[in-house]
Amino acid sequence: MSRLSDLIAAGTRPVVTAEFPSIDGGGLPAVERAADELRPYVDAVNATDNPAAHAHASNTSIAIGMAQFGLEPIMQVVCRDKNRLAMQADIIGASLFGVENVACLTGDDVTAGDEPEARRVFDLDSTQLVKVASGLAEGHYLSGRAIKQPPALFVGAVENPFAPPLDYRVLRALKKSEAGARFLQLQIGYYPERLEAFVRGCVDAGVTRTTALIPTVVLTKSAKALSFMDESVPGISIPADVIARVAGAGDKDAIAEESYRLTLELSRHALSLTGVSGIHLTDFRHDGSLERLVRDLGIGPAFDPVATASGATSG
Amino acid sequence: MAKLLPLLEHAVKKPVWDCRMCGQCVLHSTGMTCPMTCPKTLRNGPCGGVREDGHCEVKPEMRCVWVKAEERSHALPHHWEEEFHDLRPPVDNRLQGTSSWTNLLTGRDRRTPAGWQGVARERHSAVPGASMVEVDEPATLPEGFHA
Repeated sequence: MSRLSDLIAAGTRPVVTAEFPSIDGGGLPAVERAADELRPYVDAVNATDNPAAHAHASNTSIAIGMAQFGLEPIMQVVCRDKNRLAMQADIIGASLFGVENVACLTGDDVTAGDEPEARRVFDLDSTQLVKVASGLAEGHYLSGRAIKQPPALFVGAVENPFAPPLDYRVLRALKKSEAGARFLQLQIGYYPERLEAFVRGCVDAGVTRTTALIPTVVLTKSAKALSFMDESVPGISIPADVIARVAGAGDKDAIAEESYRLTLELSRHALSLTGVSGIHLTDFRHDGSLERLVRDLGIGPAFDPVATASGATSG
Repeated sequence: MAKLLPLLEHAVKKPVWDCRMCGQCVLHSTGMTCPMTCPKTLRNGPCGGVREDGHCEVKPEMRCVWVKAEERSHALPHHWEEEFHDLRPPVDNRLQGTSSWTNLLTGRDRRTPAGWQGVARERHSAVPGASMVEVDEPATLPEGFHA
């Protein structure tokens, strides 16, 4: 099983995951550069699947590239672009190259992207995909056709604790967990009380007995970035007072600093919750703030004393 | 009659539920709200894109189908309310346009691939403990087809 699953099972420290930047041109050196930047600070990184419905180098190619450059991939698979045959083939194909972590997502709608005229597929939904991917690891395709020496997949999904219907989100997490999700990366959110209620609900419902919860924080450096997410990213809502706090911090540098402090506060809060196994970092700054954040939090391979003492770092 | 039934079903269910004739109706387990009217045709709950006001990511003027479904499920008889939480299997696309009433009576709408039931189909399975299962739907699963 994957290193990420071992780390989560060991539970000796919070895991740190991040988002790999979208790659288009530049060949493998572009992948290598991005991998080099992230490798010291994170345990595993998401290879995204046409994020926000924009075409980029594919999830499988990036996940395989990451694995080749010594960075543990979490291959995202979204239901929007491919039918059940193609998704199973991608997961099995990537597993030949050592890609074991798979995150199953519904996917933003095609209308969120730059090719809104595209056909949307959604042949499976994300919960069904979790079960299908888990079946691959158990040794069979959805049809039932056997897979000899099946890959040791570590299957997960995502959940949004911040979007309506709020009371139902725990039950949806439970459904994904029962379908086979062993980790849930959570959507970006700026309502700590909603995260708290969700995590508590998941603990009470038994979700966390089998499934690791990994909340997401995002590094931004302007109030405009927050407003953009609030208005344009499906499922993300940011309270006006949070945006006002950042916008009113002063000049550009002060605003960037206040943005960082906001992210640090949200991260500390998330990691303080019983039932949380780690944190997922999305970096829109690309100015060294990711390193600063894991240092300030004292987490990840580079800065966690427990990991260093137990030799769990990969050097 | 067999040919008329889909027409009749559509005539009844289209005006009331905006029925899409998927042929495997799950209305009673989804708060009498058709999941096929979700732009992503999700069968197992709302996506993460639901807007703060409970409206749809894709069609902002429309309330999320699953927000409605979840609300309405609580007004249904208890066993239907409970079925809201069932993991519904992938849609069988071959049933599109057929009568779900017929498929309910014949049990056709409950057929799922062997892998959905968590079993490998071949004798020498790599799954410990998985045994050969009798597949009672030869039409769905052509035995030996891949051998």
